[in-house]
Amino acid sequence: MSDYSVSKTLDYKGLKCPMPIVKISQEMPKLKVGDVVEVLTTDPGSLSDFPAWAKSSGNEVLETKQETGLIRIFVRRKK
Amino acid sequence: MALDVEKEIEAIKAQLEERPGAKKKLSMIVFSGDLDKHIASMIIATGAAAMGMEVVLFYTFWGTAALRDPAKKVGGKNLIEKMFGVMLPRGRDKTKLSNMHMAGMGTAMIKAIMKKKNVASLGEMFEIAAQLGVKIVICEMSMDLMGLKREEMIDYPNMSVGGVATFLAEAAESSVQLFL
Repeated sequence: MSDYSVSKTLDYKGLKCPMPIVKISQEMPKLKVGDVVEVLTTDPGSLSDFPAWAKSSGNEVLETKQETGLIRIFVRRKK
Repeated sequence: MALDVEKEIEAIKAQLEERPGAKKKLSMIVFSGDLDKHIASMIIATGAAAMGMEVVLFYTFWGTAALRDPAKKVGGKNLIEKMFGVMLPRGRDKTKLSNMHMAGMGTAMIKAIMKKKNVASLGEMFEIAAQLGVKIVICEMSMDLMGLKREEMIDYPNMSVGGVATFLAEAAESSVQLFL
């Protein structure tokens, strides 16, 4: 089970590449280190883009949940 | 003996830090004047900036016309420069698809599809790039050849004019270099 609490949910539904990672990168400085946000997206590219973005920017994707027509990605600010 | 090993490690560390391409940075040449390639360059540039990379776009040859501001007019051009001015696209919104332009139909169609599918327009992507600190360098010689003046270019916060050495200096320290 998840051992973190979500501090904020970000609605990125309908946004296309590269906007989801642009938005999340702009959101990071607003969070405290350790904070977890939930991202809602409809862009299937986000499934591989968020882990790639996290690796490059030094953050962490904790979990990815796929539902019909919706993807939930849980991201932790690490630095 | 132990001291020597430590010294050696320090020397290697110093070399690693100075090696070319060590920086998390993207240097891209935007050579093409086609709409599709401008879209690609902007998506890659904004994506890279979002990933925490420093980004420099070097606009040269046909690429430079996309930086023209259609609202700005400058005088003092000779006949050939005026002709180039008329024939080159007046800004990014006048660029065409490299394929399937079909006298404007294809280009209009792709713009309509992009809007429908909520893909950011070229104009919006330039705004995002500016927000993310993407740097633009315009090739001085290209502007000169085509009779384009600095004063007719768009207002962009991080834009300068430079030559080949400017690009190469940026590229040499970049981990990613692209030519579009």
